[in-house]
Amino acid sequence: MATATRTHPVHSRLFLNRLGLWLFIASEVFLFGALLSARYYLQGFYRPAELNQLLGLAISVVLVLSSLTAYRAEIAVAHGDQRRFRRNILATIFLGVVFLAGVVVEWREGFHFFPPSTGYGTIFFTLTGAHAFHVLTGLIALTIVYFLGRRGRFTTGSYWGAEGVVKYWHFVDVAWVLIYPTLYLVR
Amino acid sequence: MKALGGIVKGLVFAIIGFIVGGGIGFLLMNAAPTGRGTFEPVIALGYVFALIGWLLGVGLWDAWAREWVGLPAKKLEVHGWRRYFRFSTDHKVIGVQYLATFLFLFLFAGLLAMLMRLELMAPGETIMGPNTYNTVMSLHGVIMIAVAVAAIIGGLGNFALPILIGARDVAFPRVNALSFWVLPPVVILLLLTPLFGGFDTGWTGYPPLSVTNATGTLFFLLAFITFGISSILGGLNFITTVVTLRAPGMTWGRLPIFVWGVLSAAMISLTATQVVAAGLIMIVLDRVTGTSFFNAAQGGNALLYEHVFWFYSHPAVYIVILPAFGAILEIVAHFSRKPLFAYKWVVGSFLGIVAQGFLVWAHHLYTSGMSDWLHIPFMATTEVISIPTGIVFLSALGTLWLGKLWLKPPMLFSLGFIFNFLIGGVTGIFNADVPTDIHLQDTYFITAHFHYTLMGGMIFGLMAGVYYWFPKFTGRKYNETLAKIHFWWMFVMFNVTFIPMFWLGIHGMNRRIADYSPELGGVNMFVSIAAFVLGAGFLVFAFNLVYSWVRGPAAEANPWRARTLEWQTLSPPPEENFHAPPVVSDDPYGYGIPGSIHAVIGPAAGAPRQESEVKR
Repeated sequence: MATATRTHPVHSRLFLNRLGLWLFIASEVFLFGALLSARYYLQGFYRPAELNQLLGLAISVVLVLSSLTAYRAEIAVAHGDQRRFRRNILATIFLGVVFLAGVVVEWREGFHFFPPSTGYGTIFFTLTGAHAFHVLTGLIALTIVYFLGRRGRFTTGSYWGAEGVVKYWHFVDVAWVLIYPTLYLVR
Repeated sequence: MKALGGIVKGLVFAIIGFIVGGGIGFLLMNAAPTGRGTFEPVIALGYVFALIGWLLGVGLWDAWAREWVGLPAKKLEVHGWRRYFRFSTDHKVIGVQYLATFLFLFLFAGLLAMLMRLELMAPGETIMGPNTYNTVMSLHGVIMIAVAVAAIIGGLGNFALPILIGARDVAFPRVNALSFWVLPPVVILLLLTPLFGGFDTGWTGYPPLSVTNATGTLFFLLAFITFGISSILGGLNFITTVVTLRAPGMTWGRLPIFVWGVLSAAMISLTATQVVAAGLIMIVLDRVTGTSFFNAAQGGNALLYEHVFWFYSHPAVYIVILPAFGAILEIVAHFSRKPLFAYKWVVGSFLGIVAQGFLVWAHHLYTSGMSDWLHIPFMATTEVISIPTGIVFLSALGTLWLGKLWLKPPMLFSLGFIFNFLIGGVTGIFNADVPTDIHLQDTYFITAHFHYTLMGGMIFGLMAGVYYWFPKFTGRKYNETLAKIHFWWMFVMFNVTFIPMFWLGIHGMNRRIADYSPELGGVNMFVSIAAFVLGAGFLVFAFNLVYSWVRGPAAEANPWRARTLEWQTLSPPPEENFHAPPVVSDDPYGYGIPGSIHAVIGPAAGAPRQESEVKR
């Protein structure tokens, strides 16, 4: 980074970046918090019987698994294992795409049973849409990290770009862990 | 042309983005027609892509995004006045960009207020119909709210905060530039609203009206969301900067109070802004994709919006006032030549206001039809928040007490702030109390009350800060006589304009309506004339500022003989702020304490005695 040369006697650039990312995540918590509250405020614990429980569970498992591969990628780059790092980033991207494909199927069924103009559809499409948008941004960032990694941009001592994106990916995953029961399980 | 290169590139990219995004919107609209059958999907999606295009063109690509594809970022080396029109990462340039933008918007929205007062001079229709009036009123409201939220924290905060803590720049200079350059689209969107049917909801944008009215409201919603992005990024940047980049020896207990004010406000804008963004997005979705958040027939509920909206918008008044408190206390201490009274209590109060600000929002909903049992708890939390506010107030008075007051323009505006804010605060109690609020809500009593806190408070604080830091910003002195004329003009006419509005409100004059009962005509005529005189006073301010910046005599480094760090460097400060790293050794306000020095710049500049006491 061009500005990374700016040194400070107390805190490293890495500390600044980490703090900035955590603050961003704290901020995003409020966005998802507001959307999740809207579900309970408007719809209470209602959920339609037509929800595809199997699909919902399947994409949740896929997304949780992608956090595992993302974690392995971060550990690999920290240990200097570039091949394993790239392989795990690719696996994360693959799982993320599978998740998005699952959301597309979910949406097609949803349009049929509870379109966005209905009460539950409003909540369902907004929450999954907001989350899928975050998954999409995460996938773009992971792709950038993959190609930067191929150019040897990340080394054992300096891999903030990869670490930051992986942390963001974990956050997106945790958000889904709260959204999934809110949409599929509560009653 | 060279100066405007980035802006032109940004506009071209924005147009390309709009065509791409609008095209996608058009296709989606025809594939799945769910909305209201207007072209709003094209506008909404086109705008999102246009915003990305604008940012990439204006400098995000050159200065940053090139790194994401493995290219080296270009360093933008622009000097002189041209840098104010470029994607600069220097916090001082960004501060001036913010300040110039918002002072311009302030004067523009002030003109809109003059139009409103022209219409309200006499009962019945005077110069415009009710629809035009609604748009003028809404634009005045939302632009002034933007000024209130961002002028001090974005302008004065960006410029002064890093220097006050002895840093070279903010933690994320490119994010800082980004948070300024998302603002031009906000201004453009708001100025476009009258061409698309105006927007008549006021700045609060309550559904169901905001879901069903003209397309102008969509522009307003997109502008508000974009403004939120700027607030969030700015807040994130300030918090990280204060936590990590304080100079050696700048402990939390030695932090100048203005820094605490900005930091507290940043905590709110980082978090609460997301909540209002969620509410605004719900309206956009209802309009564009046909969801039914606020459509009662499908299980929606308009009250949801009021809760979500005020969950941000009440804390937002603390985003507005905390940096103003900070600036005022800073100035009161320096111009009374005394240590700040009860510093630790003030810091605690700031943080208390941040925490409690999240617990009072429903006092805006007493007459909304929400559950009755919520009235008393929210009345209690609201009234309790006057305790930390009162402590801040007492700190100002305690600092003034037996001080040697130096009545320069910044000090005059600070004293004006204290007077006005007292009236604003005391009249607020009647709005917090359920019984009186049910009578007073939606009248000019409310209008007068929040103008006393926002204009009499925040704008007076802004003026105090501008007159305080102007020599540091520009390296030039302003005309003090003109500044004092501006103060007395503004202070007297502000009170003459707004005091009668309390009376109007008690006598039943409704807010936000172009007409009123004929018997209120005389007082309204008086208020209108007073408002015109008040508005004319800002010509003195604008002239003094512009003329002094161009022609004013050179200012010395420390014209106020103040102790804080920004005055220990040149006016204007060099690009790296300090020629050598500053080392802080004592309280910033230790006036009259023998041997006390706040900070020394570099080993060569200071006395060796202080330096040896500092733990490196």
